[in-house]
Amino acid sequence: MSLVNFTTREITCKIVYYGPGRSGKTTNLHYVYGRVPETRRGRMVSLATQTDRTLFFDFLPIDLGQISGFSTRFQLYTVPGQVYYNATRRLVLQGADGVVFVGDSQARQLDENIESLQNLQSNLLEHGVDVRTMPLVMQYNKQDLPAELILTPADLDDALNFRSVPSFPADALHGKGVFETLKGISELVLKKLAAGSPAV
Amino acid sequence: MTSALNPRFTFETFVVGAANRLAVTAGRTVAENPGSAYNPLFIYSGSGLGKTHVLMAIGHAAKAIAAQLNIEYLTLDEYVEAFHAAIAAGQGDAFRRRFQNVDVLLVDDVQFLTNRKEMQAELLRLTEALQQSGHQIVLASDRPPAEIADLDERLISRFSGGLVVDMGIPDYETRVAILRRKAEERGSKFQPGVLEAVAKVEYPNVRELMGALNRLIAFQAVNDTPINAEAASKVLGIPTSASPSVAPSSVASPSVASPDEFSQFLTDVTATVGKAVEAWRARVTEAVLRWEGEGYRTGRLEKLLEQDTPAAVDEAIAAYVQDVERLKALEAEVAVLDPQAAGEKVFRDPDDMDAAEAAAGKVRDGAAPPPAPSAAFPFDSYVAGPSNEVALNAARDVIGKPGKKYNPLVIVGKSGLGKTHLLNAIGLELAKKKNAIVACLSTQAFVDELIGAIDGNRVDWWRARFRRATALLLDDIHLLAGKERTQEELFNLFNQLVDADRQLIFTAPSHPNTLQGLEERIVSRLEGGLVVEIAEPDKELRRSVLERLLTQQRLPLEPALVDYLADRPIDSVRSLTGVVQRVVEAAAAQDAPVTAGLAREVLEGAPPPRRTTGLRTSGIVVSSAGGVRSREKMVWDWPAAGDRVIEDLR
Repeated sequence: MSLVNFTTREITCKIVYYGPGRSGKTTNLHYVYGRVPETRRGRMVSLATQTDRTLFFDFLPIDLGQISGFSTRFQLYTVPGQVYYNATRRLVLQGADGVVFVGDSQARQLDENIESLQNLQSNLLEHGVDVRTMPLVMQYNKQDLPAELILTPADLDDALNFRSVPSFPADALHGKGVFETLKGISELVLKKLAAGSPAV
Repeated sequence: MTSALNPRFTFETFVVGAANRLAVTAGRTVAENPGSAYNPLFIYSGSGLGKTHVLMAIGHAAKAIAAQLNIEYLTLDEYVEAFHAAIAAGQGDAFRRRFQNVDVLLVDDVQFLTNRKEMQAELLRLTEALQQSGHQIVLASDRPPAEIADLDERLISRFSGGLVVDMGIPDYETRVAILRRKAEERGSKFQPGVLEAVAKVEYPNVRELMGALNRLIAFQAVNDTPINAEAASKVLGIPTSASPSVAPSSVASPSVASPDEFSQFLTDVTATVGKAVEAWRARVTEAVLRWEGEGYRTGRLEKLLEQDTPAAVDEAIAAYVQDVERLKALEAEVAVLDPQAAGEKVFRDPDDMDAAEAAAGKVRDGAAPPPAPSAAFPFDSYVAGPSNEVALNAARDVIGKPGKKYNPLVIVGKSGLGKTHLLNAIGLELAKKKNAIVACLSTQAFVDELIGAIDGNRVDWWRARFRRATALLLDDIHLLAGKERTQEELFNLFNQLVDADRQLIFTAPSHPNTLQGLEERIVSRLEGGLVVEIAEPDKELRRSVLERLLTQQRLPLEPALVDYLADRPIDSVRSLTGVVQRVVEAAAAQDAPVTAGLAREVLEGAPPPRRTTGLRTSGIVVSSAGGVRSREKMVWDWPAAGDRVIEDLR
């Protein structure tokens, strides 16, 4: 998708929150939704199961208004984390400008994290996207849990972040690290935009 | 290349407090008396305290007082980049000259001189040059000169020799004043106490203070409700005793919006987007720097920067570069034709390509090569003999070392001895050399061209045309007699060409000092070279010429014929040619072969048989056997007295 449209003077960033089930992707979106003034946000679409698990995907459009003469919009998506919704994940991933990998900091979830990360890579590949060229940040969620249950951000970096992308410890439920993460991915996405040739 | 002065940064918009009063006063003084008050003026302060503002304000103030002043503001980085670009383009000297002509030079961020020895040397040189010529230099840095690491001692003393002033952190009152003024500039109104609350925070610099104000303005714009002092403190994260930190609202109640995080995010994204979509600015600026460093006018690119949303920036830059390339090509072309014209500034202004093309066209026209030697006189066909041996040797020397050995070479001799042939022959040989431009023409043509140039009011063009010549060959120089203007022009041209080791060759009917009507200065210069004489052709030469002539006419080289003709008392090659021509024509008229007998008949008067065919003619007989007798008597054929005696005896 075209990130910057110079003709219509629009910037649209599609950011996908990816990660294993129950890692807190939807919570991230909810928190952002809560902070964005009503005039700026669209309706958050959330298709959830009865047990509040994301069935299809969440979608949150944010209008950042005119920035440098460009009407700027962010579209935040989450994918369903559960393994059996891979087709949906692949669909949502299509045309993403940036990916936030929301990892679960709980030690027992490490394998799920790794599996989901591999799944992300293979799904990107199916779209013909090299994960190395895709703006990506890591968020280590649930850092508010008791220390004995979770891994430290440094441990998680060691385990998951072998590409040394920016990583953010977070507590999405209370909002800690949510906007930092969003800012981190936005910067990467927009920098990639700058590196490209916007005048084309 | 230089950044334009930001129109907002004037002394009027600068809030003066105790911390920066000295710097501002010094700045104003410098602006009022550039070059004489404090030179150099060195301003230092921490980041964001208004160095750049003061620098630009000095520029504005100086400009307001004396609009003709050439004022340049640039950061050291820009200076370095421009310098490198200029060096890369081989225009280092032009670069230096450009900066030495600046009346007020404002250099920002000189702390980056650290570890740049070559730039320090360059800046030292520039500072000295500017000081000597009474031009002002103002520098700004984030630390005093002595604290800039690895700064050349000479620069330190040079900087310290003027006035070094610092600017400190503004006090509370100044901060309030700054906030009020900035809020007013932005058209934002705040409730009483809000700005004061912000000013209470000791931000380390004004830039951060502005950042705080920006957040307040953004917050107020988002909320559409006036912010109060307490909320302002909260927005800015200023700890107040009364307000505990706001607990994050629960996910389930998104309506309780506390948009601070979002507005912060918005600010950040705005900055990033600004950088990203404004990347074109960087590219344009880069192009401006590059080409201005090379001495090209960049008005067109600078106009792009003035626009908010230019279309097709890269195309515009590409088009500009293309124009510059064309200019370069034109300039290179012109440089060959007329080095002086190549320096003209039309070749540096891509915004007016037509003017450049026209100028180049003019030079090209002017550079239409001067008349070249005639190809009808090849050197090989010049017949050598004892009578022209000296001249021929001199000619060979001149061809071998044009401008070096005999300059000028003056070939004298009577009419018809082959001076013109030799002159053209030398010209042809000289023209074979690389990049040679040989002007070879008769003096009459030379005079006529000058008259035409005077008439057309383009004497300069005429001069340029001949000054380019690597060799000037003038036939029949005696025709200059009485032509004062031409003599003067030739005199100047002569001097220029000789100075440049260009070859000059002239022909004259007799020795230059016997020529009438030539100015002494011309004569002496002609005499100063080598004067060689071509004598009347001896028998051997006549024989050679005859053989060549007959061969040219595709006639058999009958020895009796050659002997007979060579023995004829003929004093010039031209006469000899005429004689052969007559014999050949007579033979053609009689439809008889060219033989010695026929020649004798033609030349010595035996009446040729009349033509029997009764042709009706116009009555004018151009050349026929009937005319032969009388032609024999023409003066130019008349044998010399001595020869005649021999002939009579024969």
